[in-house]
Amino acid sequence: MEIKIRTRVIVIAAVLLLSFMGIICYPRGEEEFIGFPMNYQRLRENVRDRIRLGLDLKGGTHLVLQVQVEDAVNITNDLTRERLQDELRAKSIPFADVQKVDSTHILVKGIPQEKSSDIQSLASEQFPDWDLSRVTGDPMARQMTLKASAAAGIRNQALLQSMNTIRNRIDQLGVTEPTIAEYGQGEYTLVVQLPGVDDPSRVKDIIQSTAMLTLKIVQDGPYATRDAALAAHGGVLPPDSELLPGKRESSNETAGGEAWYIVSRIAAVTGRDLRDAQPRPDENGRPSVNFTLTRDGAVRFGRVTGQNIGKQLAIILDNRVFSAPVVQSQITDNGRITGSFTQQQAADLALVLRSGALPASIKYLAERTVGPSLGADSIRHGVIASIVGLVAVMAFMLFYYRGSGINANLALVLNLIILVAALAYFGAVLTLPGIAGVILTVGMGVDSNVLIFERIREELRLGKTVGAAVAGGFDHAFLTIIDTHVTTIASSLILFTFGTGPIRGFAVTLTIGLAANLFTSVFVSRVIFDYILGRREKGAELSI
Amino acid sequence: MEFFHEPKIDWMGKKWYFMGLSLALLVAGMVSVALHRGLSYGIDFRGGTLVYVKFTKAPNLDAIRAQLRRENLGEATIQSYGAAQDNEVIIGLDLGTTASSDALDAGKRAIVTALGALYGAGPAGKVDFNNASPQTVAEHLVVADPLRLASKGSDEAMKSYRELSEALVAYRNSPPRSGLIGDLGELREVAGVTPAVLETLGKDFYLSGYAVRDTQIVGPKVGADLRRQAVYVTLAGLGAMLAYIWFRFELIYGVAAVIATFHDVLITIGFFSLLNKEISLTVIAALLTLVGYSMNDTIVVFDRIRENVRLNKRENFFDLVNRSINQTLSRTILTSGLTFLAVLSLYLFGGEVINAFALTLVIGVIIGSYSSIAIASPILVFFYQRYGRSRVGEKPRVLEREAAAGARR
Repeated sequence: MEIKIRTRVIVIAAVLLLSFMGIICYPRGEEEFIGFPMNYQRLRENVRDRIRLGLDLKGGTHLVLQVQVEDAVNITNDLTRERLQDELRAKSIPFADVQKVDSTHILVKGIPQEKSSDIQSLASEQFPDWDLSRVTGDPMARQMTLKASAAAGIRNQALLQSMNTIRNRIDQLGVTEPTIAEYGQGEYTLVVQLPGVDDPSRVKDIIQSTAMLTLKIVQDGPYATRDAALAAHGGVLPPDSELLPGKRESSNETAGGEAWYIVSRIAAVTGRDLRDAQPRPDENGRPSVNFTLTRDGAVRFGRVTGQNIGKQLAIILDNRVFSAPVVQSQITDNGRITGSFTQQQAADLALVLRSGALPASIKYLAERTVGPSLGADSIRHGVIASIVGLVAVMAFMLFYYRGSGINANLALVLNLIILVAALAYFGAVLTLPGIAGVILTVGMGVDSNVLIFERIREELRLGKTVGAAVAGGFDHAFLTIIDTHVTTIASSLILFTFGTGPIRGFAVTLTIGLAANLFTSVFVSRVIFDYILGRREKGAELSI
Repeated sequence: MEFFHEPKIDWMGKKWYFMGLSLALLVAGMVSVALHRGLSYGIDFRGGTLVYVKFTKAPNLDAIRAQLRRENLGEATIQSYGAAQDNEVIIGLDLGTTASSDALDAGKRAIVTALGALYGAGPAGKVDFNNASPQTVAEHLVVADPLRLASKGSDEAMKSYRELSEALVAYRNSPPRSGLIGDLGELREVAGVTPAVLETLGKDFYLSGYAVRDTQIVGPKVGADLRRQAVYVTLAGLGAMLAYIWFRFELIYGVAAVIATFHDVLITIGFFSLLNKEISLTVIAALLTLVGYSMNDTIVVFDRIRENVRLNKRENFFDLVNRSINQTLSRTILTSGLTFLAVLSLYLFGGEVINAFALTLVIGVIIGSYSSIAIASPILVFFYQRYGRSRVGEKPRVLEREAAAGARR
């Protein structure tokens, strides 16, 4: 063999070997070569591990959700209003009212003229994210507007924090290889993919739960209705307190009904002070959640419980009183939440508390759940269609191009092997349209060979020698092959950019398949031809 | 073996027949879209809820409809899906019902409740094996411990039962059972199942008559977003193709190719309307692939036309185009034929899910090749006949560069 051909053959052999290794020798989770699979069972396991299956082939849930970032802006507004009132009082600036106009606007009423400059300096020093402006028609009012950049910052922060919290919760559920990513442009939407989850209701509830935990001392309660609670205080709540609903606790768990509590507004402990939460049975063996606090939280908790022995401590989740046990002694660093939980509910609550509160609420926009049986069916159909298509094409090539057909078929098989190996190495996800992309690669990939062979036949007809005809065929067809592949790859890239999940899988397999096809149809086919030409006698015909 | 030995067909002479055929197909399609059947959109674009359910026995559609009405889902549509012996139906709710409540999946939950009432009822205290997850099965097995694994330690036992449960569920899910088994005894086939295991399963589990295979819920916002995106993507695809061919050839070639491809897309959509098939996101993806494929084919013919223009500056353009097509005919028919074989296999054997996608490609491959000959080339000829030869040939600089490259080869 000529040196040039030998190096080329070595290159092809190396590619082939690398591809095989990529497909069958690296089990999931270990990127090291652990040995050639010794039996068919092992072979199947390795291949199954290496090829990542999309949701439509494996089964799983795909969720599109929107983070309601305005919630975070509203919370900032609430906190700012409280702080503003404190500051105005501290600086002795009289005011009539501080109102919320909408999420980004606050109206302050009743500022006397002589305090104009005071409130101006207060605003610019203490509230740099807000702009203070006068209100037309009311010389004693001022409007505070949240700066656009600050608002955008809050919204983006809420989105990122939500993503992290959701990721945390999903990880703790033990879902393998979930994906959480932004979706769409600038609408604060996320897409969450959960392979293997075929009943999404539990996961959806966990993701959606805001899980804001606060512990507050109960001043008065429980009352049967909201009005009863207000009536007991002459219609007005005592200062620094708030009215919250909850469930009535009773000795038998079936009797329920609402209970309203008046609790102090300042929380003894919030979710941020939690170090850990675990489901544990309580002293009666029923499921409950144990939580431990951080050092600062423990100090504060100790102080509050020490000062309020004998009073009830309301455990509040998402602004509903969950339970209100009596403080028996000073508690510092841990506590327990009891209630009529099932084991599952206790575990879920602990999980959600551990992951932290969501800064904004979640709204689901779309949902797709593919059951695993459908996935198995799709795989079977896809594989059968691929094999039938491949055999049909290969048979035709043999029939129409005779000896050279073997050449094309070898190149085609190598093309497919490289394609599958590339999917495994890149960790690309194979979807059902992805399998269609493989089939399309077979059909379009063989086009390159057809182009070359037809040109070779033409050159032979013009009377050129076999060697010159082969060279001429490859040379003339090369630019056209590049053209056709580039246009198809271009449309694949557009699909990849704008598409989701399954369509991306299609774009990926088609692109990789055609790129590999450039290598196999031009380089590999040429090497096979050169090798054959080198072996045969001068003047013999080429089987094409 | 050769099909077409030096064909000498007068393609451009027949161009009016081609135009006529294309016009007929286009009109038939557009009339169907506008007046007759319209276009049916898949759930991705329409929004709403779809639940795919499989039954062990042929389902009573009227009973299901009545039960759904009891759940206030009277506007639900029920249609059968796939082969008759598969016993599968699709239950659908339109966007109005889906979007009316706060929870996106309220419709789906109601459907599942209705199905449970009709087909899912089992003895109290038992769990439905046909809709159980491996975790549920494992939990029951661990508690009952039929294989006496407690002695090995709870972690080991949990792991073994986990693997056994996954094998049991995988057996249930694999074809031909496809998610439903009729008798717990069938599980005897699974490796690692002993009579003790079967006894536990019989005690703790029953078999309902249905299994949910697939659910899709699309809210109004996502549906609208996807509709908009689909249009942008298609226009972007066509635009990119135009730019690329303009760059490689000349503007008129690009325009001709884009018109031909647009013609292909319209005819394919027309077929979808005539055959009453749904246009979903995957169909749009297939349409884009079709755009790429049609361009492919057109480029091959244009490449040959350009080469012949360079070699025979004096030839009549009409005859030149004919000759170019004849020279590439073998290749065009072969490639289309081979790609057609491949996508036909996908259409026939690929299953229901990918069916619309495959149909788009099947139609597209044929129409794509046809349009390179019947639409793109005549447009070039028209342009030449109106504006003279100098505009259709290569730009001078490109000619020189290619001549130099040709000499070097």
